[in-house]
Amino acid sequence: MAELKNLTAILVKEFKSDFRNPYVLGGAGLFLLSTLFVCYITIKRIHQPSIWVALFWIIMLFTSFNAVAKSFMNESRARMLYLYTLIGPSIFIVSKMIYHATIMLVLSMVAVLVYTTFFEITIEDRLVFFASVVLGSTGLAITLSLLSTIASKAGNNLTLLAILGLPILLPLLMVATTLMKNSIDGIDLSVQYKYLFVLFGLNLSSLGLSIVLFPYLWRE
Amino acid sequence: MQRLPLSFKITTIILVFYTLIAGLLIDVPALNILNETIRNLFFHVTSWFAMVFLFFASFVYSIKYLRTANERDDLLARLFVQVGMVFGAAGMLTGMLWANYTWGSYWVPDPKLNGAAIAMLAYLAYGVLRNSFQDNIQRGKVSAVYNIFAFVMMLLFVFILPRMTDSLHPGNGGNPAFSGYDLDNTMRLVFYPASIGWIFLGVWITEMRFRMEGLKQRKK
Repeated sequence: MAELKNLTAILVKEFKSDFRNPYVLGGAGLFLLSTLFVCYITIKRIHQPSIWVALFWIIMLFTSFNAVAKSFMNESRARMLYLYTLIGPSIFIVSKMIYHATIMLVLSMVAVLVYTTFFEITIEDRLVFFASVVLGSTGLAITLSLLSTIASKAGNNLTLLAILGLPILLPLLMVATTLMKNSIDGIDLSVQYKYLFVLFGLNLSSLGLSIVLFPYLWRE
Repeated sequence: MQRLPLSFKITTIILVFYTLIAGLLIDVPALNILNETIRNLFFHVTSWFAMVFLFFASFVYSIKYLRTANERDDLLARLFVQVGMVFGAAGMLTGMLWANYTWGSYWVPDPKLNGAAIAMLAYLAYGVLRNSFQDNIQRGKVSAVYNIFAFVMMLLFVFILPRMTDSLHPGNGGNPAFSGYDLDNTMRLVFYPASIGWIFLGVWITEMRFRMEGLKQRKK
């Protein structure tokens, strides 16, 4: 029970510090909106669902790099060491992952709203469409939580995060795009459930690996 | 890693020469389209086996390093990845040549090919990550964590994702694997020795490079 209390305490602290200093979240949100607007100005109309889906996930990918990488740059080394001795690394990484996932969920909902207004499309299976958005963006958030810690150890370099992250995130994006495209086309759930299952599994395996590996990263 | 016995080296030499000579000379089933390119089985598939084995060895040494913090384990993890990349490149080049003669193009958008390319990118990123550290201990720890993460994710790409979708690749999407062609089992006589031969060769190269690095450090 003490773990749960610590977890919520850290989460509350994260959101509070975001309220006081909203430039991290605001920056990521503004990045998302400007990218969406640039796409709208330059492309105007998308007829093919596959291109519609691909563009959406490319925008989400770069938004997630921005949102997640910034959060670790904020954390000073001394404060991280303090939190580590206070609550232990596993709780810390779980709380970070929940925090990143929440941010990504908010950003992805904004993205869906704006993107569907700019580029109109009829979605046949709305439930699976939203499932793909939710699972895809939480997957991005969870995987990038560990990778951004790795990149921050090597000097907080956004290029390094992209190099490390892209090959590991590609399978996740492949499944998420297939799922989303099928949901727009209205493919039956009997075909879709295996993609849902794999996407969920990728989320879980990334979560499990992060919890196991993060304690080794922390100690210096 | 201990010095390899002489019998291991002699076995490797015999197996590799046997593969090269018998692989090009034995009678293979005469099939449409494939024709003599079926011999690529002895070189292409076995290279991938060797690569996966070497990456697995690197994964094991990375886990060992996280437990013991012995610098030799970190060195071995690095060397196994480097030698594994050579076999991966060999597997990719032989596969591309084969694809050009049977599918009519050096690269097709096939899940198995994309999975292999993603795995290679992840290990190239491992090399970049290693080079961005000054401190040995921190480099060892952080790159070991990435190596473990990347290996588990690679298993997911190479073995699970291609099986979800249809593929042109032999052994997928209704295309028979070599056991479907090889009715009289002659190809197995070369295939299994070839797999073991390339794996042994990879281990031998790694052991030699390990000794070389040891000598270099002693000279300093």
